[in-house]
Amino acid sequence: MVKEPVAVVGIGQTKHVAARRDVSIAGLVREAAVRALDDAQLTWADIDAVVIGKAPDFFEGVMMPELYLADALGAVGKPMLRVHTAGSVGGSTALVACNLVAARVHRTVLTLAFEKQSESNAMWGLSLPIPFQQPLLAGAGGFFAPHVRAYMRRSGAPDTIGSLVAYKDRRNALKNPYAHLHEKDITLEKVQSSPMLWDPIRYSETCPSSDGACAMVLTDAVGARRAPRRPAWVLGGAMRSEPTMFAGKDYVSPRAGKECAADVFLQSGITDPRREIDAVEMYVPFSWYEPMWLENLGFAAEGEGWKLTESGVTEIGGDLPVNPSGGVLSTNPIGASGMIRFAEAAMQVRGQAGEHQVDGARRALGHAYGGGSQFFSMWVVGAERPTS
Amino acid sequence: MPDVLSAPLVVEFPFTRSLGPVQSAFLTGLRERSVLGVRTADGRVLVPPAEYDPVTAEEIRELVEVGTAGTVTAWAWNPQPRPCQPLDRAFAWVLVRLDGADTALLHALDAPGGAQSVRTGMRVRIRWALEREGAITDIACFEPDDDGPTTHEARPHSGEFADPVTGITAPARLDYTYFPGRAQSRYITALAGRKTIGERCPSCRKVYVPPRGACPTCGVATDEQVEVGPRGTVTTFCVVNIKAKNVDIEVPYVYVHIALDGADLALHGRIGGIPYDQVRMGMRVEPVWTEGGRHPDHYRPTGEPDADYDSYRELL
Ligand SMILES: [Zn+2]
Repeated sequence: MVKEPVAVVGIGQTKHVAARRDVSIAGLVREAAVRALDDAQLTWADIDAVVIGKAPDFFEGVMMPELYLADALGAVGKPMLRVHTAGSVGGSTALVACNLVAARVHRTVLTLAFEKQSESNAMWGLSLPIPFQQPLLAGAGGFFAPHVRAYMRRSGAPDTIGSLVAYKDRRNALKNPYAHLHEKDITLEKVQSSPMLWDPIRYSETCPSSDGACAMVLTDAVGARRAPRRPAWVLGGAMRSEPTMFAGKDYVSPRAGKECAADVFLQSGITDPRREIDAVEMYVPFSWYEPMWLENLGFAAEGEGWKLTESGVTEIGGDLPVNPSGGVLSTNPIGASGMIRFAEAAMQVRGQAGEHQVDGARRALGHAYGGGSQFFSMWVVGAERPTS
Repeated sequence: MPDVLSAPLVVEFPFTRSLGPVQSAFLTGLRERSVLGVRTADGRVLVPPAEYDPVTAEEIRELVEVGTAGTVTAWAWNPQPRPCQPLDRAFAWVLVRLDGADTALLHALDAPGGAQSVRTGMRVRIRWALEREGAITDIACFEPDDDGPTTHEARPHSGEFADPVTGITAPARLDYTYFPGRAQSRYITALAGRKTIGERCPSCRKVYVPPRGACPTCGVATDEQVEVGPRGTVTTFCVVNIKAKNVDIEVPYVYVHIALDGADLALHGRIGGIPYDQVRMGMRVEPVWTEGGRHPDHYRPTGEPDADYDSYRELL
């Protein structure tokens, strides 16, 4: 059966900040949704279904928030679905919405993801004091830092790479009005002299904690023809999972991530992603994950990813720009972070990214992962409607 | 299953909530002993108020003040209140449609006459809390209002108050009984004798430590117990320089992944007995126990030569 082509015709984000004390959770998601509808020049009545995602309910302590958010998202009398795949949820949520259109279940779907971290406690939500277990809490950085060290050992990457990524992403964020961190006086020296929190990870190489939401309107070929602005076409979408811990798990380059990337490129007709992808928005919560994911996704051979970073290939002006938006390193409303990657990829191929636009971007990858490198979700979007 | 351990697990946290304009007006109103609702596009009055119209999805901001007495539309008797419920004696949960409102508010009804004194359609009024702060608990409860029906039209209200409440704290507490299961119970029990017991997968032959009772790769039960360690190899590590809440460990300390001899994946621990900047991948370590400790307190170098990278690279 031939799938319905899926187009992104509306994108909306909030200005991401440390704390949005002026709005409720409903007010926050509403803001992103209204901006996406405005971008698509559609009204609530044009939406057939709503697909929403966020990180664990324990974060804000609102159990099943989608129930209470139905009013704010115009979902009354319509199907509303909640997706949950930890940090990758924003990507998975967009893909569930995408599949509903591709399968011709619905014609136009609003998809949205959010987090209000200022009202939450991620540490508490993720690290319950389980009886009989040794309290060794080292935080999220403590979980990921040993894997970064393993990557450095395996690849021989010099220890300067992490700071280069952070310096690039923070400068990119200055071009993105929606980014949380706008460090106008950032310098490489400042990144390199920031405190070492979980050696080898420095403070400036970690993501912030943000309040924010991101929404997209996805529609079918007929909807795309009526759209007021150029759509982004979904060329492929894939998700993969694997256990958080198992004998033989490769934390540096998880098999689920490799297979997810191979699948999404196959669907998109891409055989040489390094040459054929014009912009990448990947989920990099700690700066060292840029070279690690470059290898995992197939943009570089094993052990070679850091060379792309070091030589400037991943800068906005390089030939494989990574996180022109500033990425998760500059903005991290956890549940929304994956959808922001997907949306920013779509903005690039729509030519809508403003100051952080990559010149002539025709095909872009959006990537998200979560749950201790357990869940992966990715899509490739393009400026041209897929032919098959 | 007498060999399975169990323990209470309490999780609690004081969540904060930003209210936004409508809930802010509603809760500040309660502090001032007035109840606000909101009018929808079709003219209905919602109490408690919503930010968005449930029919049209449009933003609604037309606030109105309704009465402080109303009519019970449904109820359920609560013979044995639990801690933190509004009253410490038997009471009724009630849905009350306040005069001037079109929807009902959930609250508690103090009914000294018992369950037989409560009926749908009865008239009730708010009993205000003596100390009010801008929270739903500013309504202490409802009480019977036998003075007969009064009518109250919803009146327009600006929603503006001096010193509005913009956020609340919502304490949450969950009480669980935690069972680690048979495999982990065996592991924990063996640790008391300072032995580390893993379990081998009958299919792929990998040894899991701590065991979880099943192999996540093969999806089959692991029931062959295998003693591993006590020595092991540091596969990777980080130096922790920030102190975690509730963990009494001086910083900096070294958080390590250790592959115990005979185990096929690394467990996590802490290194002591060596300066933090001398810890290396491949270092050979052994556990250090303290009196009464359920787990090794930390691991220390054995003095053996470092393990060859190829011997543990598959365990990274
Ligand atoms: Zn197995």
